[in-house]
Amino acid sequence: MTLHGGLLERLFWRAGTLLVVVYALLPVAWIVSLSLKPAAALNDRRFLPRTISLEHYRAIFSDAQFPAALWNSIGIASIATVLSVLLAMFAAYAIVRLRFRGRQLVLAAALSIAMFPPVAVIGPLFELWRTLGLYDTWPGLILPYMTFTLPLAIWTLAAFFREIPWDLDQAARVDGATPLQAFRYVIAPLAAPGVFTAAILVFIFAWNDFLFAAALTSTNAARTVPAAIAFFTGSSRFELPTGSIAAASVVVTLPVTLLVLLFQRRIVAGLTAGAVKG
Amino acid sequence: MIDRRDPAEERLGWLLCLPSVMAMLLVTGYPILYAVWLSLFRYDLRFPDQRAFVGLANYASVLTSELWWESLFNTLIITLGSVALELVLGMLLALVMHRVLFLRRTVRASVLVPYAIITVVAALAWKFAFDPVTGFVDPWFGVERAWLAERWSAFLVIILTEVWKTTPFMALLLLAGLTLVPQDLLDAARVDGANAVQRFFRVTLPLMKNAVLVALLFRTLDAFRLFDTVFVQTRGAQGTETVSIVGYHTLVTRLNLGLGAAVSVLIFACVVAIAVLFVRGFGASFTTEEHR
Repeated sequence: MTLHGGLLERLFWRAGTLLVVVYALLPVAWIVSLSLKPAAALNDRRFLPRTISLEHYRAIFSDAQFPAALWNSIGIASIATVLSVLLAMFAAYAIVRLRFRGRQLVLAAALSIAMFPPVAVIGPLFELWRTLGLYDTWPGLILPYMTFTLPLAIWTLAAFFREIPWDLDQAARVDGATPLQAFRYVIAPLAAPGVFTAAILVFIFAWNDFLFAAALTSTNAARTVPAAIAFFTGSSRFELPTGSIAAASVVVTLPVTLLVLLFQRRIVAGLTAGAVKG
Repeated sequence: MIDRRDPAEERLGWLLCLPSVMAMLLVTGYPILYAVWLSLFRYDLRFPDQRAFVGLANYASVLTSELWWESLFNTLIITLGSVALELVLGMLLALVMHRVLFLRRTVRASVLVPYAIITVVAALAWKFAFDPVTGFVDPWFGVERAWLAERWSAFLVIILTEVWKTTPFMALLLLAGLTLVPQDLLDAARVDGANAVQRFFRVTLPLMKNAVLVALLFRTLDAFRLFDTVFVQTRGAQGTETVSIVGYHTLVTRLNLGLGAAVSVLIFACVVAIAVLFVRGFGASFTTEEHR
């Protein structure tokens, strides 16, 4: 890179690098710091805590609301991810490997749903779910999450599946492998990274959603973490429980951040797959 | 592949796509049609007996209400402000990621952090940061200001939150476009005496046109649906309501399904209009590379 760059240029890019890191991490550091401040120091307006206390973490886990929301979030996001990726695998395989009328139609439908404003369906879904008894239940959130992530999953998987040398399974068959063995030892390992990438992206979407959770749930039965945090109420209704909110935020942020950092290469590949390929 | 249609293959293709298509029809296709239907009725869940067909009256009352136009204006301000900033910052970020070797992995990893964070959490973090009682922003800049209690400064905080959260996504899309620009072309321009700025605007940018348009389209549509950040930071107070917030309040808070459905249909129409504008007006294309 800096093969033809001077010292000044090198310094410029290094400063840029540091700026990028600070930019990305500043609010995260702030919310962690806030969650560790003792209640009395919450209003000291300092960026870093002077003394560290875990009282807010103890508080959120001793209350019923947050553990319930965490469990709902984990369960709903996981089930939606499995279903979405499973359905998308079938569709992506068909789109990449088979010739049939309507391939373009499926891709176009997926694309238009990617652009669809979710707020346009919450009214009808609200009404429909109440009639069907799905309001404030796990399936009531799993269904919309699954659907709204299908486009992302189909496009990501199709982009990955296109790169797989499918003829290898013919070769394995010629060498005497059964169809199942050919799939198990040849195709599955090649397809796994794409499936895994799609799963992470779908999971992050479902984990992040607030609109459906706010509109289609009302109690601890199905309310997920983003909605629980947004509707957290403190001891007095005029005061936001800042410390509890910060601690809950850190608890839900850390696992996903770790996941993203561990699999950054795949996520980058997945996010940009298909969007801008030459 | 052989260019003939095998009926069995055709059937299998449809069979494999069927579950996805069914789900998409069930959870988006049917509700949007139902929304169109509902929007023609006076239907308030608090007074279900008064349900009656009213034709386009709901649309008339939405389109003549000041709230709708104000929220549309707000949405456009926030969308334009955040997408424009994101494009510039995202491009700079993409250039940095493209060039650096120093701390390369750290940069790429830290850029993904905003993407991984729940929008509600990001919105709260910035809200607390700008809060005059808990926040560090006021002391750092030596001002005393309730940023979210005033309309324009609230827009600023909302846009900042959006930009922080979504610039990485923009940058990654742009970076993917950037890696397609051939280095020989840039070297040739350098030999011909073009400086860095000229090389960027005359060589790099034109070659990335499609990547830029696709990134802009996705982000514009996304910003137009803005809900989480505004809901958490102001709940739409101080005249900061976006169209999604208006739709949500009409449907879920006021339980007015007829009026809310009309708002939903109008938002849907706006989104279609934006997509058409991008594809027709700027010639954005996603089909050429994908459908082969």
